[in-house]
Amino acid sequence: MSVTDDYAADFATTALPLTAARLPRQAPLLAGVVALALGGLVGVVLQIPWVAVLVLAAAVLVVALPTWAYAVEGRRGAVDRLMTILVCYAVLGALVPLVWVLSYTFIQGIPAIDWSFLTHDQTSRLDPVTFKQLPGAGIKHAILGTLVVTAGAAVISVPIGLMTAIYLVEYGKGSALARIVTILVDVMTGIPSIVAGLFAVALFTELGDPGTRSGIMGSVALSLLMIPTVVRAGEEMMRLVPADLREASYALGVPKWRTILKVVIPTAFGGILTGVMLAISRVIGETAPLLVAVGAVDVVNTNILSGRMETLPVFIISKYKQGQDPLELAWGAALLLIIIVMVLNLAARIIGKIFAPKTGH
Amino acid sequence: MSSTTDRPAAPEGESLLGRRGLGDRIFQGAATAAGVSIMVALAAVFVFLAIRGSAGFTADKSLYAPYTSFSPYAAGLLFGTALVAVLAMAIAMPFAIGVALFLSHYGPRRLVTPIAYVIDLLAAVPSVVFGLWGLKALAPASKPIQEWLNAELGWVPLFGGTLSATGRTVFLAAIVLAIMILPIATAICREVFSKTPRLHEEAALALGATRWEMVRYAVLPHSRSGIIAGMMLGLGRALGETMAVLLVLNAQGPKVTFKILTSDNPATIASNIAQNFHGEDVDLQVVLLATGLVLFVFTFLVNFAARWIVARSERRFS
Repeated sequence: MSVTDDYAADFATTALPLTAARLPRQAPLLAGVVALALGGLVGVVLQIPWVAVLVLAAAVLVVALPTWAYAVEGRRGAVDRLMTILVCYAVLGALVPLVWVLSYTFIQGIPAIDWSFLTHDQTSRLDPVTFKQLPGAGIKHAILGTLVVTAGAAVISVPIGLMTAIYLVEYGKGSALARIVTILVDVMTGIPSIVAGLFAVALFTELGDPGTRSGIMGSVALSLLMIPTVVRAGEEMMRLVPADLREASYALGVPKWRTILKVVIPTAFGGILTGVMLAISRVIGETAPLLVAVGAVDVVNTNILSGRMETLPVFIISKYKQGQDPLELAWGAALLLIIIVMVLNLAARIIGKIFAPKTGH
Repeated sequence: MSSTTDRPAAPEGESLLGRRGLGDRIFQGAATAAGVSIMVALAAVFVFLAIRGSAGFTADKSLYAPYTSFSPYAAGLLFGTALVAVLAMAIAMPFAIGVALFLSHYGPRRLVTPIAYVIDLLAAVPSVVFGLWGLKALAPASKPIQEWLNAELGWVPLFGGTLSATGRTVFLAAIVLAIMILPIATAICREVFSKTPRLHEEAALALGATRWEMVRYAVLPHSRSGIIAGMMLGLGRALGETMAVLLVLNAQGPKVTFKILTSDNPATIASNIAQNFHGEDVDLQVVLLATGLVLFVFTFLVNFAARWIVARSERRFS
């Protein structure tokens, strides 16, 4: 007690100031405007591109504001300002590529997309007027192939993934097997996609002809990449289901498996659906496994069990590899692929919002 | 309370009990089988790659051009893979930490959710699109930077050599990969940053620390292992990335060179497989399967180490 009293007395006599000089609240804004104006001025005088103007303004800001803060607030204030600016720059820097990729793909791809692009495959056709052979100009075969292969992957991985999640949440609690499976699921998320493709090739060529390629091989490869995402989503959602609901069901004499099917799964349904859709959107753009396991072909093939199939990502790659300039077709396919992925992604999140689990509390 | 979740009370008749037991047993069996199938699948990946690829370790010499046996061939490819991935990680990490700090400590609440969502969207863009964009848009745009690095910092071995005319260099591939691994690295960093004990942060602020000092002395020390794990998971992603590297990098087969701005670039394992894997050439396929096995084992180790670090740090702070 007396020690603190002494300390308080000391403190009072030395009379340390409790506030320090600070920059005005609008200082960052002010410095930003000044930096932009300076950059713009230099840009107009030297005729440099607008990107350079922005970079210049950013550089001015990163020097000017900390210097000002150093003069008013001292070294610590200056470092704090500097780091805040750098953190904001990191966010802006991360947003640049996304905006750039999306807008670039849109601009390049939009001229290619029209009705015949979506409804023809790559077989050459006879022009009805001039009777000349026209090169094929559509991606119908690739769209169908992507849908078939991805659906196959979903059919394989959703049951396995959900049952594994049920095992981890409901049955395996604390057992050694559950711990191992959890670790392996984590490790599985890191499997390189091309290794998944090679696995499918190794598996099916071991069983059949060394040159064999088919849609189902792609589905197997993709499901290897999809299962861990489904398990994770299912596990997370089922853990959110409150224990009260399960207990109420048990109290009514309902067996455990029916409780899981009738109470746990329906309650977590929205979240599980979201997870599955996100998993699909993750694998639908996978290229490497399909390139090695499914191959490419110019016509529609919807038989998943035999023969090569075209898919959108592989179509993009093969157009690039052919080296001519139907790269417009590749960009069209790329835009379509991005649209599919984004729609799936958005829909998944909206569904997740709508069906958000009721926690009951 | 929670002990009641394990076993339902069973006051019913004998036949009902029997039926219930059977249904439960079947369902539990199916669930356990699914869990086991994950183990089987991972083991199968290894076994089948090993079975089909084993002949690739000792195949005909001509298949290993420019080398003559498997180990230098695989080592050359592994070098290229590691070089691109490590560079990508070095570029991505400052951004990932910065974005994660923004999401966990700096950003205003109403900006955090949309920005986190947008960063996640980055992970949704198919890699082949990133490749095409890197090739057509980023390669020309990054030329001035590459020229500047080559001219001004050419004395650093990394930036030396004859500048590539197309811009399709290891440097460019590393930038594209850095963009692709940013979401996962950010997500991991954000998670560990937000797990910093509130009391540590408030104590730092109460002592008069500025926000950066609070981050520097409370958040970052607490998150060190999490940051390392995020780096390694990002590294694991970058190691296995195929299509973006295949499209962006003008690779000249397996080789060891540290010059990242020339047109004489080392191939990565994944891009080498995608480039040379054709249905007909079975002999070469076998060699490529063997390199795929090497990649699998390597990424497995990196990921496993990362998960182990995460698990250990979680134990320490729980």
